[in-house]
Amino acid sequence: MRMPAPDQAVLARRAEIVAALRAIVPGEGVIDAEEELRAYECDGLNIYRQLPMVVCLPSTTAQVSDVLRYCHDQGIKVVPRGAGTGLSGGALPLGDGVLLGMGKFNRVLELDFANRCAVVQPGVTNLGISNAVAHEGFYYAPDPSSQIACTIGGNVAENSGGVHCLKYGLTTNNVLGVELVLMDGEVVRLGGKHFDAGGYDLLGVVTGSEGLLCVVTEVTVRILPKPETARAVLLGFPTVASGGSGVAAIIAAGIIPGGMEMMDRPAIHAAEAFVQAGYPLDVESLLIVELDGPAAEVDELIAAVEAIAREQGAVYARVSNSEEERARFWAGRKAAFPAVGRISPDYMCMDGTIPRKELAHVLDRIAALGDQHGLRVANVFHAGDGNLHPLILFDANKPGEVEAAERLGADILRLCVEVGGVLTGEHGVGVEKRDLMGTMFSEADLSQQQRLKCAFDPQGLLNPGKLFPVLHRCAELGRMHVHRGQLPFPDLPRF
Amino acid sequence: MAEILKPATAPQLRDAIAWAAAEEAALEVVGLGSKRGVGRPLQASHTLDLSGLAGIVSYEPSELVLTARAGTTMREIETLLHENRQVLGFEPPDLSPLFGGSTGDGTIGGVIASNLAGPRRVKVGAARDHFLGMSGVSGRGEAFKAGGKVVKNVTGYDLCKLLAGSFGTLAAMDEVTVKVLPAPVKARTVLISGLDDARAAAAMADALNSPFEVSAAAHLPARVASRADVSYVRDAGGPVTAVRIEGTGVSVAARCEGLRGRLAAYGALEELHSMNSAKLWRAIRDVAMLLPDSRAVIWRLSVPPSEGARIAAAIAAVRDVEFFYDWGGGLVWLAAGAAEDGGADAIRNAVATSGGHATLFRAPDALRAAVPVFEPQTGALGALSARVKDGFDPRRILNPGRMYAGV
Repeated sequence: MRMPAPDQAVLARRAEIVAALRAIVPGEGVIDAEEELRAYECDGLNIYRQLPMVVCLPSTTAQVSDVLRYCHDQGIKVVPRGAGTGLSGGALPLGDGVLLGMGKFNRVLELDFANRCAVVQPGVTNLGISNAVAHEGFYYAPDPSSQIACTIGGNVAENSGGVHCLKYGLTTNNVLGVELVLMDGEVVRLGGKHFDAGGYDLLGVVTGSEGLLCVVTEVTVRILPKPETARAVLLGFPTVASGGSGVAAIIAAGIIPGGMEMMDRPAIHAAEAFVQAGYPLDVESLLIVELDGPAAEVDELIAAVEAIAREQGAVYARVSNSEEERARFWAGRKAAFPAVGRISPDYMCMDGTIPRKELAHVLDRIAALGDQHGLRVANVFHAGDGNLHPLILFDANKPGEVEAAERLGADILRLCVEVGGVLTGEHGVGVEKRDLMGTMFSEADLSQQQRLKCAFDPQGLLNPGKLFPVLHRCAELGRMHVHRGQLPFPDLPRF
Repeated sequence: MAEILKPATAPQLRDAIAWAAAEEAALEVVGLGSKRGVGRPLQASHTLDLSGLAGIVSYEPSELVLTARAGTTMREIETLLHENRQVLGFEPPDLSPLFGGSTGDGTIGGVIASNLAGPRRVKVGAARDHFLGMSGVSGRGEAFKAGGKVVKNVTGYDLCKLLAGSFGTLAAMDEVTVKVLPAPVKARTVLISGLDDARAAAAMADALNSPFEVSAAAHLPARVASRADVSYVRDAGGPVTAVRIEGTGVSVAARCEGLRGRLAAYGALEELHSMNSAKLWRAIRDVAMLLPDSRAVIWRLSVPPSEGARIAAAIAAVRDVEFFYDWGGGLVWLAAGAAEDGGADAIRNAVATSGGHATLFRAPDALRAAVPVFEPQTGALGALSARVKDGFDPRRILNPGRMYAGV
């Protein structure tokens, strides 16, 4: 993985840039001491590290606007950062760039229950929103597993998901409005407390834009009344294939569970050894299916799910009979990553989505690819929506293993695309999958995406080196190649 | 008379637009033309008819995904989904009759390009939320694709969101992939009669804030309710507020009982089951009860739900209008006379007090040419939208000016 070469001319002006930023953000809001910069050298994808040139921590929209305008005018790159929990390297600093930390934007601005929304600053944590509205029986639905730490601003940037997104959607389906600052310092508001922002759905493209289009300074999210009740059932299957057909049969029966997670044998064993969730150890795949909603419905559907699973060959079924038991079922799944961390010095989490029917085939192929690269893989899976999280186990201290893990990861993602899926379901492209974009998108597809980037940030100063394998110059992308009168369309029906 | 280009294949679609781009020939992009009357009137030398790009490409019910050519009729798609007990969750309205067409005339491409959504918007979102992937041709004459064919995907910019609601001004779509959902097994609607608009807004908020998973909430003032084709509503003799619950049989019965308990304090309750419930919501979805007078202009207001009643009252204080509310008060369909500006100033001033947007949804050509059809965009936002258009259609050949002058 290569990042753009640092601009020596910018680095030479570092002292001047730091002073200019201090004039905009006074006090301790500008960090340039190396030992303090160290805290920002990576995000959740910690195999890639880079010290930023300087860290800037604004606390008002006006400061963000002034910082961006200054950087825009001076041609200085900017990398926005929320809590730094992202798993694709989207907040990886640039050696010649300003790291713009949004952590001081940590206030809940307004709770509006009549319109079922909350207006918050981007540095408020995902769980912080749910906590702020819990007293009225509400919550914020998307729940990435980092929800204690990750911020809503980061969620908007990455279009984060979670275990409940089959039923409740990703971030993009739960954001009503934002205030944002463009690279040239202009402040724009999109949407609000109403449905569907008017005009082009810029809110829809800003969400999931991985910090390349703008910096979000305020977010209005939709909040939902908490489901009356939730129950989970553990279902064990003798093969991965039968687990996969269990998932398909549940959905074919018209049931959309609040959550539907699958783990393979290595993941089950690692999780059980770590948290003693009570998982069966003699099955090849384990499903956790959670039904939420009114009690009458949950009882009816949980019985239906169990019956369907039995028909598909489930050899183990246990329904939660208390909140405590439901929490224990989930404890294993939620601890799957650290559990795998206990059995391997390092692991790398992949994030492709596949058509569910390909599950058994894909897991077989992943195991074979693992053998080929000499590495083990444990699989957890948001089964409801086909989002696969293969965990590649490796030891960074062994020569060549990081590279082998990267190669295996790339092979797994190529496989996901090959069977009709995509590179990333919820973690984002960042630097991690940047160089694989060409396996899913043609040059023309990527050019069209970059022309959107040009509309927001024509100089390409916001978070360069992420998302696109090659960032073309906007002047080049804007050119049209037409050959007047020479285009062949002999077959075009005209009337 | 405008020449019609009617591609039958993706390469022909690309050729047609590449030719138009080279010649700088403006194209009016249409499916079956059922919503042709939405937007600013066009000056296009040619029509690009996408109805030849029709047919279901793939559909796997257990994957919850359907891929179809953009010109496929909604009738064909809904019939196929119905056979498999599935639906497009966002309950797309059939607005053909509103423009003098017949039922079922729309195409899936048209529904997405207009980002339409029916009453279930409050629970599951709009077309944009169910639009997963596409292929098509930009105004540069270049074929491209975006999104994917799986329900969860964050790879690259979500250009699908941008195309939903772009009214054919950015690209002509060839193929679209949408998320589908299981059809609700049962539906029931709780009716409250006699509430004024403000009280109805409170009742709808109470229902939507309950844990009973309400899937729609609408309020019909007296005159609108009197035009309903469901007798319970028509004969109520006053305004009617309707709240819908959907799901499995046992669940619907239980939730309905809970909801009735919560709403009892608001007034006398009635309940509609299956057929009547479906009939009422179809009429609300398709704006069938608003002024049968085809000369009326129709506005569509998207506002914060709690502000709908106040905004409608402010407009009614200065103009002779008729209206009803969907989306718990957040969507106001409003009919006004075509005289002067068709109510544009009064309506936009009222909406500006709360945030939101107003669209002059149906009006004679002259009025749509004279007043902004979509909420005007100024300053940095207007400039940004124009730059987005530049990226897709720099020569302004796809539905030029349909949304905004110069865009």
